[in-house]
Parts: sequence; C-alpha cells; structure tokens
Amino acid sequence: MSIAAALSTEASAGPVGGPTHEPPERKARLGAYLLLAPGMVYLVVFFVLPIFALLATSLYVKAPGAELGAYEPALRWQNYVEALGSYYPELLRSFGYALVATVAALVIGYPMAYVIAVRSRGRPLLQGLLLVLVIAPFFTSFILRTIAWKQILGDEAWVVAAMKFLGILPPDGRLTATAFAVVCGLTYNFLPFMVLPIYANLERMDTRLVEAGGDLYANGPTTFARITLPLSMPGIVAGTLLTFIPASGDYVNSSLLGNNATTMIGQAIDRRFLVTLDYPTAASLSAILMIIILALVMVYVRRAGTEELL
Amino acid sequence: MSGPVAVRRRRRFSLADKIVPVFAGLAFVYLMVPVAYTVAFSFNKAGRRNLVWQGFTLDNWRNPCGAPQVCESFVNSIQVGVVATLVATALGTLIAIALVRYRFRGRTLANLLIFLPMSTPEVVLGAALLAQFLSMAMNPGFVTVVIAHIMFCISFVVVTVKARVASLDPRLEEAAADLYASPWAAFWRVTFPLLVPGIAAAALLAFSLSFDDFIITNFNSGSAFSTFPKFVYVSANRGIPPQANVIGSFMFFLALLLVVVVQLVGAARRKRLARQP
Repeated sequence: MSIAAALSTEASAGPVGGPTHEPPERKARLGAYLLLAPGMVYLVVFFVLPIFALLATSLYVKAPGAELGAYEPALRWQNYVEALGSYYPELLRSFGYALVATVAALVIGYPMAYVIAVRSRGRPLLQGLLLVLVIAPFFTSFILRTIAWKQILGDEAWVVAAMKFLGILPPDGRLTATAFAVVCGLTYNFLPFMVLPIYANLERMDTRLVEAGGDLYANGPTTFARITLPLSMPGIVAGTLLTFIPASGDYVNSSLLGNNATTMIGQAIDRRFLVTLDYPTAASLSAILMIIILALVMVYVRRAGTEELL
Repeated sequence: MSGPVAVRRRRRFSLADKIVPVFAGLAFVYLMVPVAYTVAFSFNKAGRRNLVWQGFTLDNWRNPCGAPQVCESFVNSIQVGVVATLVATALGTLIAIALVRYRFRGRTLANLLIFLPMSTPEVVLGAALLAQFLSMAMNPGFVTVVIAHIMFCISFVVVTVKARVASLDPRLEEAAADLYASPWAAFWRVTFPLLVPGIAAAALLAFSLSFDDFIITNFNSGSAFSTFPKFVYVSANRGIPPQANVIGSFMFFLALLLVVVVQLVGAARRKRLARQP
C-alpha cells in the first residue's frame, strides 16, 4: 500500500525493522552533494529563509502615520508580550483540543490498525480493502468532509434527534457550533495519520512473540500490555505526532464547526495576517506556535525513547 | 506462503477477541460516513444551499460545471498539483538517493531540513512564505502557490522514496558495474526501474497533498487565484453548490479505481515472477 508506506516510514526506523543493506562506503562525496543540491537549495530558499523572514516580521513596528499593512524593520520584542497577552486563551485551547483529538484518534485508531495488521494477516484482499478504506477519505476534499460533519451534527439531522430522544442531549441542546463538534472534526480529519504509522509498525511485528506470551500463561490483556504495546511504541509516537502537530495549527474545523468561543490559534493568525494586515502580531503568534511545538516534540520523543525517529 | 505451524497454540477465548473487531468495525463506519454524505449530496436536487436533502437527481453529474467557479478552481488545482508533483518528485528523489546511498558530512543537517517542514504546522509554513513573498514584493497567485506546494511536498517524497531505496540491494548496481556498465547506465538500466514503484507512490502522495491543501494555499494565493479547496471553503458561508460534491466524489472514485488497478497490476506481476524459474 503505497500511501500507507509513505506516511508511515517515519515509524519504520524503529527497532523492529527488517534486514537493511548497509551501503558500501562511497568515496565520491561530490556525487552526493550534486544530488542534494537542487532540493536542499529549494528548501533553504523557500523554507529556511521564510522562517527567518517570519521571525524578522514578528519584530517589526508600525511606521508612524503609515498606511494599513506598512511596517518597518525593528526589534520590538514587546510584540511577543502583546500577542501572548491577547491570544493566550486561543493558544491554550488549540493545544487542549489537539491533545483531546490525538488521544481520541489513538483510542479509535489503534484497534483499526491492529485489526488490519494483525487480525487480517495472511488475507491480503481483506487487508488491501481495509487499507483503501483508511486512505479513501483523503481523496474527497477534507473541507467537503468537514462540511459533511456540519450536516451530520446539524440541528435538524437525525443524530441530534436521536440523542434528544434518548435524553443524552437536553431538548434545546445542539452539536454544531460547539467545542465537541470541533474536537470531533479534528479527530476525524487526522485519524488516518494515526492509523497508518501504527499499522506499518504492527505489520512487521512477529506474532510468534504474542504466542510465546500465551505459552507462558500470560492472559490476553497482559500479553498486549507487555509485548504488543511496547513493540508498537515507534508507530504510536509517529502517529501521535502526525496527528497532534497539524491538529494544533488547524483552523478549518474550528471555523466551520465551532463558534466564537472555540477560536483556535490558527484562526487568530489567519485573521491577523490576511484580514487586519497586522503582520507583526500574526508572525509572533506563528513563531510562538512553532517554538512550543518543537519543544513539545523534543521532550515527547526523548521521553518515549524513540530518538531515532528524528 | 505458509507460516510457522503453531503446535501448542492455546487459543484462549477472551472477550477482547470479540470486542476489538467490533470496535474497529464501528471506527471504519465513522471514517466512511462523511464520505458517504459527500457522495450522496452530489445527487441532491438542491441549488446553492446543499445542506438538506431535497430529492435525487443526476443533473449535477451531467453538468458539473453548471455552478460558477467550480470547474475553474478544479482546473487550477489540477494545474498546481501537476507542476508541484513533477518538481517535488524530481527534487525529492535525488535527495532520497543521496541520503541512503552516500555517507557525507552534513547528513544529519540534511535529515533535519527534511524533517522540519513536516513537523511545522501549516499555518506557520503559510505565514512564513507569505512574509517572504511580501518582503520580496512578489504578488501572490499561481506561481506563489506552486512554489509553496513544491516546498511542503518535497519532504514527503523524500521519506517515501528513501524507504524504497533502502530496500534495494546495492550489489545489483555493483553487478552492473562488473558487467562494464558505466555508473550512468547502471543507474538508468538497473536502479531506476527498481525505484519506479516508490517514485510513483511518492508522486501520488505529493499530488493528493497538493490537491487537498487549503491552509498554505489560502495564505499564498492572493484574492484572485482560487484552488478547489479554497473555493469550497470560501463559499461555505453562502452555500456550496452540489457540483462541488460531484468533483469531490469524482476524485474519490478515480483514486479508488487507481488503487484497484495498481493492486491488480502488482498481483499479476507477482504471479508472473513466481512462474519464472
């Protein structure tokens, strides 16, 4: 499964990898640099330099009497204090929603990956079908799918009616324009990014280890907790990162499924940058988001003991 | 393929054995419901507000360009996707070969440069590029969108092709060299054909990432240029025409067809290879 492999190779650096051929030491270093040069130059020009442009912009100051959107270079660190002061609720909310969505995606996605990789082992047709089902949503535009959630959770839709009938929802309750809908959308949108790395990891797991656990009189849950789960850690780490990072910066779900009290940091950056043309604030918010995420990733990967992912 | 025979395998009956597949089944339903909604509402007899079911019709499929801007934005998305895929696949494949096949100074730095764009949220990538384009006084439009898409696709291409290069036996190339093939000929006649499946997978991934991107595009497309996701997002408030669902469903079925064809070709090839001595 090509795309599965693509999204999950981050997890494949783990200890359960198959035999690898160590490349022979090559003398021709020049060849390597020639191969690297075009792509690396591209990434430096259109990724590294823009990040520096962003950091520079975050310190800009409004020129006195200048028109809207005109700024001049400066080193105004106060921009960060002001941005954090006015947008810390959005920032906390983004990480909160992303965390809940990541945990939910793990709880929903792990059994899916397990069923595809372990329970369907030896049945390539079933396995192929299930994998296609995981990847298929990618191909309908994710905005269309988010709109579909708006319809599913809509006030007149059968879900709300059923929940009201069962008393789960109060008679005047609703699901659209709530934090629940936003987290639901985030979980849904990034679920395949959770399933595929865990699948790729479990796929290469030796099931004889699980059988050995059974032979040693460990019951199902014990075998799972002591053998399967630890072996799949690289997949879990890759999956949670691939879910958490995009979820924390997303604003499509919160703007289509949420309300004014569910604004996420991405919406704030988008509005400041594209609507009010307040580039310094938007840039400092982006920098804060990036720095926090990088710090979280470092700590998380260290603690999970999977540095080889980086 | 016959696995090892488990001689003393005690198959203990446990509740988890039954619950896990049921739970996973429900999860698959959860995954497919919005897709089903998208497809179903492409047949809705609705005008601009395609939110409530009003009756079955084939009109939207007969005339997918019937609503303004649907087809224009779709064509834009295809153009951006094709150009971005071609460039990103070429650049990424070269990087992947270098990273797997050579030991060189700066390898860690190169790996970091590949990893960072994937671990940066899209808003940050979009905002950073726009800051750059603004400081270069470049007007956002088709070119800036393509530049942005190439940038975020490269890393994913590298990761995909790298896995394929790593699984190749370098002795094949050495064998070619022993048979007096020049390095150039050895690459094109031996290595490249073996890399094609990985490169194709990477290109498919790059295209689907580009085609579905909204956030980075929204930052770098300006007000005049629109891609399909941007069109859908912008018209969400006024109502999305059912023709947009037709495009979404069409891409879904096209991808499904592609996956099935690839699977069948792969199976046929394995069969053919198995028959050879």
